[in-house]
Amino acid sequence: MVKSKSAYSLPTKKEKTDTHIIVVWVDNEAGVLARVVGLFSGRGYNIESLAVAEVDQKKNISRITIVTTGTPQVIDQIKLQLRKLVPVHNVADFKKEDKNVIFREMALFKIVTKKKQIKKCLNVCENFNPIILDKTKKSVVIQITALRREIDLMSIKLKPLGLVSISRTGAVAMTRGAEFFK
Amino acid sequence: MSKLYTGAEIIFKCFEDQGVEFIFGYPGGAVLPIYDELKNHASIKHILVRHEQGAGHAAEGYARSSGKPGIILVTSGPGVTNVVTALTDAYMDSVPLVCISGQVPTHLIGTDAFQECDTTGITRPCTKHNWLVKNIEDLPRILHEAFHVATTGRPGPVLVDIPKDIQFAKTVYFKPKKEKKLNGKFHNNFNQKQIDQFIDLIIKSKKPIFYTGGGVINSGPKASESLRELVRLTGFPITSTLQGLGAFPGDDNQFLGMLGMHGTYEANNAMHDCDLLINIGARFDDRITGKIDEFSPNSKKIHIDIDPSSINKIIKVDLAIVGDVNEVIKIIIKTINKKKLNLQKSNKSQISNWWEQIQKWRSKDSLGFINSDKTIKPQYAVQRLYQLTKNQDTFITTEVGQHQMWAAQQYKFNKPNRWMTSGGLGTMGYGLPAAVGVQIAHPKKLVIDIAGEASVLMTMQEMSTAVQYHLPIKVFILNNQYMGMVRQWQELLHEKNYSESYSEALPDFVKMAEAFGCKGIRVKDPKYLDESINEMIKFNGPVIFDCLVDPNENCFPMIPSGKPHNQMILGPLSKKENKITGRGKSLV
Repeated sequence: MVKSKSAYSLPTKKEKTDTHIIVVWVDNEAGVLARVVGLFSGRGYNIESLAVAEVDQKKNISRITIVTTGTPQVIDQIKLQLRKLVPVHNVADFKKEDKNVIFREMALFKIVTKKKQIKKCLNVCENFNPIILDKTKKSVVIQITALRREIDLMSIKLKPLGLVSISRTGAVAMTRGAEFFK
Repeated sequence: MSKLYTGAEIIFKCFEDQGVEFIFGYPGGAVLPIYDELKNHASIKHILVRHEQGAGHAAEGYARSSGKPGIILVTSGPGVTNVVTALTDAYMDSVPLVCISGQVPTHLIGTDAFQECDTTGITRPCTKHNWLVKNIEDLPRILHEAFHVATTGRPGPVLVDIPKDIQFAKTVYFKPKKEKKLNGKFHNNFNQKQIDQFIDLIIKSKKPIFYTGGGVINSGPKASESLRELVRLTGFPITSTLQGLGAFPGDDNQFLGMLGMHGTYEANNAMHDCDLLINIGARFDDRITGKIDEFSPNSKKIHIDIDPSSINKIIKVDLAIVGDVNEVIKIIIKTINKKKLNLQKSNKSQISNWWEQIQKWRSKDSLGFINSDKTIKPQYAVQRLYQLTKNQDTFITTEVGQHQMWAAQQYKFNKPNRWMTSGGLGTMGYGLPAAVGVQIAHPKKLVIDIAGEASVLMTMQEMSTAVQYHLPIKVFILNNQYMGMVRQWQELLHEKNYSESYSEALPDFVKMAEAFGCKGIRVKDPKYLDESINEMIKFNGPVIFDCLVDPNENCFPMIPSGKPHNQMILGPLSKKENKITGRGKSLV
């Protein structure tokens, strides 16, 4: 074995990583997003997507939804470290495969094309509640809500039809049924 | 209508209500209104340091030796960037600090104004929480909250950034409210079932060990008393981390010494071979665990900690009890007594083989060294210092490096809060300003900074603070002209390529002491060591003690990198074991 020159121990065997959706309820105050995001970057956790907005104006509470990957130990640490932040009220965590949770992303597609092609575009999107937000003689802006991979697929399909610009949100999540947090 | 107070007045009213006696600080443009207000508050004394980092470490020394939060007051920009090292240090070692920083007026924030910096941005990762006060109405609430956050749960540093216009603005002041849960955060989260499980595990165990840390110290002096009671009740061996020294008497037979990279042979082997590991207020730091995969492979593990994120962070445990150390231990003892288990008797036979094994490890005398009558061995210097100061209540601070480890190995602490060292961050230059803070908290006590010549030069300017406030701190420098720990690693790991670890030009510390207006003592010959140490102790004033030691001495025992606990390197003494034995060891 090669003699280690480091006074630190070597990294040990890697565990399998999973994708999780972490939902965080925070006080909507200056710097709170920086605290949450800084925790992730500072401790070397991943952020695949992030969605944040105020959900309770009276209590001044924002809901942050973060898609992340990590070993079970890392996911546990993420939750525990988040709970330590002063402006954090509550933390919930779902596995991506969890059947009891609904995940959605929204995307806006701008397509520049001939008028008759537009119908074709809408057909491609048909299963994902396409809404036309803007329409001119040679362009259209379509909104869809779907899962991340579905939006990925959609953008590939729309590319040859004149897709020029995509704007996407991060995933948001909600549990099914009558159960809810807080 | 209630009386209106300025921001500066509110800061002091809050300090008074929180029982603040000392502020460590350095004035500057953005905090002048606060400094102007100082004269109206006789109960609060300001200690003027020479560099803001010194203020931070002095506040740490004050906090760790007194159990009260340390208060820092610095100006904007460079004032606050200079204190970042101390805040990070306090964050790593869980020391309660409240740092008040000035900021440019609110209308200038973001304009790159003179001495402006993004203070809350810079200090976000090195504080438990920080605040930028944008409205004067928020100031009283934020200040009280700052004290609450710093001192509750796992303690740590906080920072409140106050723009200059807010210091002038007026509002109503209100007193701190009684303890409330902040955003639903609670600190004791355990139940009787877990306590019963704990007792079940200790009854079954044949090879148990307590592994205790700074959490015991942070839980207050009562926690150390409870710990002593529990350890005596069970008859189990106990080892401690660097930060936990003093929680259990260092000269007690049940104490195996410090564990970890430079811990004793018996402590590390006991950790490796035990069947029950009881972690109380420690965090499985990488200097403790060595190789994770082979860390204490055959043991059930219990972890008592106030910080839920410490549980399973590095080492998976079988039983986690989240709560304040003292509260948890008290309930454990109560339950043991209620069940009339009579552990002392039943355990004695059950763990007698274990103690026999430990005695075998102990007989290696892993802290032994080959002494010399020509040069002063650094270990010998610390031993003598201990022998000559143990009859009084002595407070020890250290810098970082070999001298720190020798101090931890050779100096035996019998009380908590007597040992202040930078463990997590490993900040060279910590010890001297920390000693200033300790002496402020304990003006009549003997305070010694066991230092290395390289470390102490990093914050040497604070000698001037010590002289100004007549603080009789003793700076005991083990001068080997090297950054000793760097040199040791270069010797062991980098084929003796001593790259930049030798200081070619060092100041004459005795003349330096005189220049600062304090006393300098130099000793080179072991014959005169005792006499010189006594001279230092007796001198009523600050002393710089330049102890010239063997430059080639290494710090042993040592767990080499990436190795488990049972593969330690022992010092040269154990290799010569056949030649020198028994009484001879203490003579050479």
